[in-house]
Amino acid sequence: MRIAGKGLIDRDTPVHFRFDGVAHQGFAGDTLASALLAQGVRLMGRSFKYHRPRGVLTAGSEEPNALVTVGQGAHADPNVRATVQEIYDGLEAHPQNAWPSLRYDLLSLNDLAAPFLSAGFYYKTFMWPRAFWEKLYEPVIRRAAGLGALSGQPDPDAYEKAYAFCDLLVIGAGPAGLMAALTAAEAGADVILCDEDTRSGGRLLAEDEEVDGQPGHAWAQALTDRLRAMPNVRVMRRTTVTGVYDQGTYGALERVGQHLPHRASLPRACFWRIVAKRAVLASGAIERPVAFPNNDRPGIMTAGAVRAYLNRWGVAPGRRVVVFGNNDDAHRTARDLVAAGVHVAALVDSRHEAQASDAYPVHAGAVLCNTQGRLGLESVTIRTAKGEERIAADTLAMSGGWNPSLHLTCHMNGRPVWRDDIAAFVPKPDMVPGLIPAGACHGAFSTHACLEEGRAAALRALSELGMTAKDVPLAEAEDAPVSLRPLWQVLGKGRAWLDFQNDVTAKDVALAAQENFCSVEHMKRYTTQGMAPDQGKNSNVAALAVLADATGRSIPETGTTTFRPPYTPVAIAAMGAGAEGKGFAPERKTTSHAATVERGAPMIEAGLWYRPSYFPDPGESHWRQSCDREVRMVRESVGICDVSTLGKIDVQGPDAGRFLDLVYTNMMSTVKPGRVRYGLMLREDGHVMDDGTAARLSEGQYLITTTTAAAGQVMAHLDFVAQGLRPDLDVRLASVTEQWAQFAVAGPQSRALLDGLLDAPLDPEAWPFMACGPVKVMGIAARLFRISFSGEHAYEIAVPARYGDSLFRLLVARAEALGGGPYGMEALNVLRIEKGFITHAEIHGRTTAFDIGMDRMVSAKKDCIGKVMADRPGLKGPEREQLVGLRPVGESKEMTAGAHLFEPGTEPVRVNAQGYVTSVGFSPTLGTMLALGFLRNGRARHGERVKLKDHLRQVETLCEVCDPVFFDPDGGRLRG
Amino acid sequence: MGFSGWRVLREGLSGNRGWTPQWRDPEPKSEYDIVIIGGGGHGLSTAYYLAKEHGLTNVAVLEKGYLGGGNVGRNTTIVRANYFLPGNSEFYSHSLKLWEGLEEDLNYNVMHSQRGLINLFHSDGQRDAFARRGNAMINQGDDAILLDREGVRKHLPYLDFDNLRFPVYGGLLHPRGGTARHDAVAWGYARGADSRGVDLIQNCEVTGIDIENGRVTGVQTTRGPIRAKKVGMVVAGRSSQVAAMAGMRLPIESHVLQAFVTEGLKPVIDHVVSFGMGHFYISQSDKGGLVFGGDLDFYASYAARGNLPMVEHVMEAGMALMPMIGRARVLRSWGGIMDMTPDGSPIIDKTGIDGLYLNCGWCYGGFKAVPGSGFSFAHLIARDEHHAPAARYRLDRFRDGIGLMDEEGTGAQHNLH
Amino acid sequence: MRIRCPICGDRDLREFTYKGDAVALNRPGPEAAAQAWDDYLHLRRNPAGATRELWYHGGGCGAWIVVTRDTVTHEILGAVLAEEAEA
Repeated sequence: MRIAGKGLIDRDTPVHFRFDGVAHQGFAGDTLASALLAQGVRLMGRSFKYHRPRGVLTAGSEEPNALVTVGQGAHADPNVRATVQEIYDGLEAHPQNAWPSLRYDLLSLNDLAAPFLSAGFYYKTFMWPRAFWEKLYEPVIRRAAGLGALSGQPDPDAYEKAYAFCDLLVIGAGPAGLMAALTAAEAGADVILCDEDTRSGGRLLAEDEEVDGQPGHAWAQALTDRLRAMPNVRVMRRTTVTGVYDQGTYGALERVGQHLPHRASLPRACFWRIVAKRAVLASGAIERPVAFPNNDRPGIMTAGAVRAYLNRWGVAPGRRVVVFGNNDDAHRTARDLVAAGVHVAALVDSRHEAQASDAYPVHAGAVLCNTQGRLGLESVTIRTAKGEERIAADTLAMSGGWNPSLHLTCHMNGRPVWRDDIAAFVPKPDMVPGLIPAGACHGAFSTHACLEEGRAAALRALSELGMTAKDVPLAEAEDAPVSLRPLWQVLGKGRAWLDFQNDVTAKDVALAAQENFCSVEHMKRYTTQGMAPDQGKNSNVAALAVLADATGRSIPETGTTTFRPPYTPVAIAAMGAGAEGKGFAPERKTTSHAATVERGAPMIEAGLWYRPSYFPDPGESHWRQSCDREVRMVRESVGICDVSTLGKIDVQGPDAGRFLDLVYTNMMSTVKPGRVRYGLMLREDGHVMDDGTAARLSEGQYLITTTTAAAGQVMAHLDFVAQGLRPDLDVRLASVTEQWAQFAVAGPQSRALLDGLLDAPLDPEAWPFMACGPVKVMGIAARLFRISFSGEHAYEIAVPARYGDSLFRLLVARAEALGGGPYGMEALNVLRIEKGFITHAEIHGRTTAFDIGMDRMVSAKKDCIGKVMADRPGLKGPEREQLVGLRPVGESKEMTAGAHLFEPGTEPVRVNAQGYVTSVGFSPTLGTMLALGFLRNGRARHGERVKLKDHLRQVETLCEVCDPVFFDPDGGRLRG
Repeated sequence: MGFSGWRVLREGLSGNRGWTPQWRDPEPKSEYDIVIIGGGGHGLSTAYYLAKEHGLTNVAVLEKGYLGGGNVGRNTTIVRANYFLPGNSEFYSHSLKLWEGLEEDLNYNVMHSQRGLINLFHSDGQRDAFARRGNAMINQGDDAILLDREGVRKHLPYLDFDNLRFPVYGGLLHPRGGTARHDAVAWGYARGADSRGVDLIQNCEVTGIDIENGRVTGVQTTRGPIRAKKVGMVVAGRSSQVAAMAGMRLPIESHVLQAFVTEGLKPVIDHVVSFGMGHFYISQSDKGGLVFGGDLDFYASYAARGNLPMVEHVMEAGMALMPMIGRARVLRSWGGIMDMTPDGSPIIDKTGIDGLYLNCGWCYGGFKAVPGSGFSFAHLIARDEHHAPAARYRLDRFRDGIGLMDEEGTGAQHNLH
Repeated sequence: MRIRCPICGDRDLREFTYKGDAVALNRPGPEAAAQAWDDYLHLRRNPAGATRELWYHGGGCGAWIVVTRDTVTHEILGAVLAEEAEA
């Protein structure tokens, strides 16, 4: 219930929302948890394994119990912490992991079976009969497991990613963080101040305490306003720094629209990559529960959470509160409750020296040893020197001390150290380069100490950055010492929860130790302790203590597990923002794209590029009709194909020829200006990397081409050879792929097409096969190459990319006038198979020049990349599978790429495999299916018959092995 | 006493007080017949098969940290046999058969679940390459089914079929592919080896390898010297360091591979799905977490952690392929240290030193190999001859170029896989 | 991770690609023994600690860079252009 006059909520702004189908009202400033508690709702969730009823344990992002689903349909957001979700008008939240309802959950039967569901029980059973695991046991387990559910629909909301840079990143806007930010900002540093909360202040928002004579939250607000007004400060609220990466890179999640009803114009979240020269970690601390029997009922909360609901949200979590603790915060809690008029039924302090109070009964040297209540706390049992006593209570506030939130300091594998005086782990210095912990996350628990450490951390950062600090005075604040006696576990009948969310109890940890899972990592993995959505923030240290106890070691000897990113879970959609649909990778389009799409050509992906599959003519209903026509067109008249996607690299300099001699297997320095040579490049491991052409445009300039797929790889490789291996050569490289639009003009009519288009007709004498040179098209300087990937008399003409669209349209119109037209990838593929030309289907990374029959292209006169390794014993010889042609000679004419080759009459099993098929196509020219493939010792086997076997597609075809050049083997058409 | 449902019931009724340690913590003896360096999945399975298949039980496994603390404890749990090159084909086929009997063999539920693995393809060329792979799998006696686009849709209706940047052309379904509970595999082998008399020695780091006249004689450890007639090195992630103790340099660079798990969710992904164009793969664990990963970070690292560019790339690939996972929250990310060989395939071989054996180079595929690797390595150590399914995993194949196994076709030199 | 390109300055990892140990700069001659080539192309010291390695600033100026980096901490200890690096 609400307490009049208390809290930082806006009571003039009521907010209406629903939970579990019931309408509720809260106020602006409420979280779902505070609003529900104000309404007397305690039951908010069910646990993972035993489906125990659960209520709010904490008031922060570490909440393990109150997980709900917000929204419906595609907007449903599972596993939302009710303690973080701000309410807004129309918010709908639903319980999860409960069936048929939150109050009556069938799987709470698991709780009765708990003796048989102890740690790791599933490793010991469900093994018989074998088939039952997949058919019965596992499906049942899977259905029972999991927390919330995904909708199964695409996430309809927008997310963003952004970069930010600063001198100092301050993580956490409590007293330490605020002081650090102010100190740095006053010195002129660029500061980013992030806090996961909706407003700054940290624990000051939850405590009834003064700073500089004003309420702590007001002091924090005033300071934040001052920072916000400074031009060198960016205050980012609702922003959680989630991970630490190398060289001062931090990941951070900003919740942008998750707290608002109308968010169509806003992204839900933004994932930030923040690069900071220095950072101050001021992330505070998390209070830890105590493990005593049945410590998990709704109504049992950490004492700090009780104070937060009371002081920040003006909510009394119950009418009769018992406080249990091992430190002075228990007393602070009782005092705050009494001051707010809430009845404190007892304060149970495990320390014998606990101070008595006039306002409430204090049981010194006593512990909680049990609780009662089905769907919520009704009473507690305490154990004192006099025995056990039951006390009626609807709320229990427990405080086992605080664990510094040092998680980010561990993201680079650093291990924290144990401090006995506060019974907690604290970060060691410099666990992350440039990240300075300050305040509670560093084990400094008084407000004064936090302010002081925050300032000191900023001063250190400024000094390391060479910046001069101004004098920033410290505010007056409390400086109470820590008084605590460790208490991890109260033994007794019943289960005492450590990891509330994964239902790991102290008994589970003891059982793990009993079975020799004594390493902390073994215990974690065997019991699942710390593996739930809170990643052990509430429980890891206590579980360690229980394990230490069970194994007779100290806590530091027992060790810790590793904290890893993210600090709090981050939606995949946020870190993957922008990648849905076409956003995943760039779309590269050639200059002829528009004209091609206008002609109805289906576009297919070629790496990042789009290329036309075929150009359908009216009346054609199947791609094969178009393809066959386009092949015939090129063979009989002329075809146009955009080949701009091939990589083009301009190689210039006096040593360009020598350089190319090193990267190509064959000699390029002897190519004469005005001539083109086909070339093969190897990787240093001796396998073929790529093929292409080198056109010598002038004495000191070559233009080389690469395949579409390998353009980037080849560029990097050439840069490496030039800069890394031969910096002595005077050569310069530039990728010009996108600067030039290039079109193949292929077929017997190609010269006729070009004559009349070019400003001067082509002189056949000056333009033999493999010639190149400058030409002009309507006054525009262009380049012409007489090269052919179709086996026909052909040219490729290149113009600056801005003329590509016009030239393509012009070429196609002229081709059509000559009985030709454009052709696509399907026809291009058939044309090259007919000629036995290779693509990456053949040079797939595992083949050598020897394998593809080009070992004679490896010049004996010079060294080249890959030459030595290609000469290794295993990379040549009759055992190698070699490129061959295949044509069907039996009844079946079907051929499929990916089929394997066997000798006829042998079983199609691995040991008999002789090779495989790489490319197939129907040749309209030859009227048959054709294939290229690799066959063991294939060059020596032309004329033999092999069985093509495709198990997957039930194809078996008898083939004749032949030369891979099926058409015009002596190249008369090409040269003519 | 064995594990069974009855025993779980019986112990449950008596307060679970009857469970005993799953393995001992013996003090190291001064001498063993065989010392295995490395108590990860491969080392433990090697010890298990030495005892079970060869009757060799005077064996110690030396582990510098805790058992199963290497990559067997930090992988994405996928078990498959979908390789296509000779060498890999028969090895992983054998390993998968061992998986299929593992629970019975170990009396330990490792939750091996053959949920089916689908490799998607996005062009005609990729389909042809996967057809070659699938046919090779069937040649080997394993299973493979080539799915067209509609076939994929039936299995994985939640993929973005309408708008994906690289449209789904189809997929290669490997029905016997699936997942297992990774830690349980290590523990099951540990318990099995221990019960047969093998000494599993944790917190015992090897600091030197003793060699006399070209023959190994023992090891130096943080817990004293241990003599041994034979020594097996099975230390993925530290292979180069341990081999250096024997004066060897290996064809290995260590890289980091990141992986991710989300908060628990009700069942939504049944298969293992692999999206090669995005270097992304995903499955859902029995606990409900989506377990997924991507490619190497692509720089040498022993840090077992990675950086944001690959994190974001993996998330982006997930959003592109199956945007329904957008609201799942990543709970934890981690990295493993990968022994990367030049051709992407492993090494199980003798060394130039008598009695010293090497098992390394599992790249990012070591988990599914755990049974087969241990079985074959045990065979090699026990009999001094290669076990047939692993006979091609030679150390000298790079020098001679004989039997390179470059499954990806990206090259047989470093940093291309 | 951020790498200081000698030409462009401090840049994000995503602008770079990796080629491994800077031994790749010491390419043996064509007549070198098989062992020399095996050493060059395959065998690696692979240190857990400081190592010299090659990075390509392909998303920037196109420079190949020799970076000295710790493989355990990822600390970057220096970077020079490959064409100026001592082999």
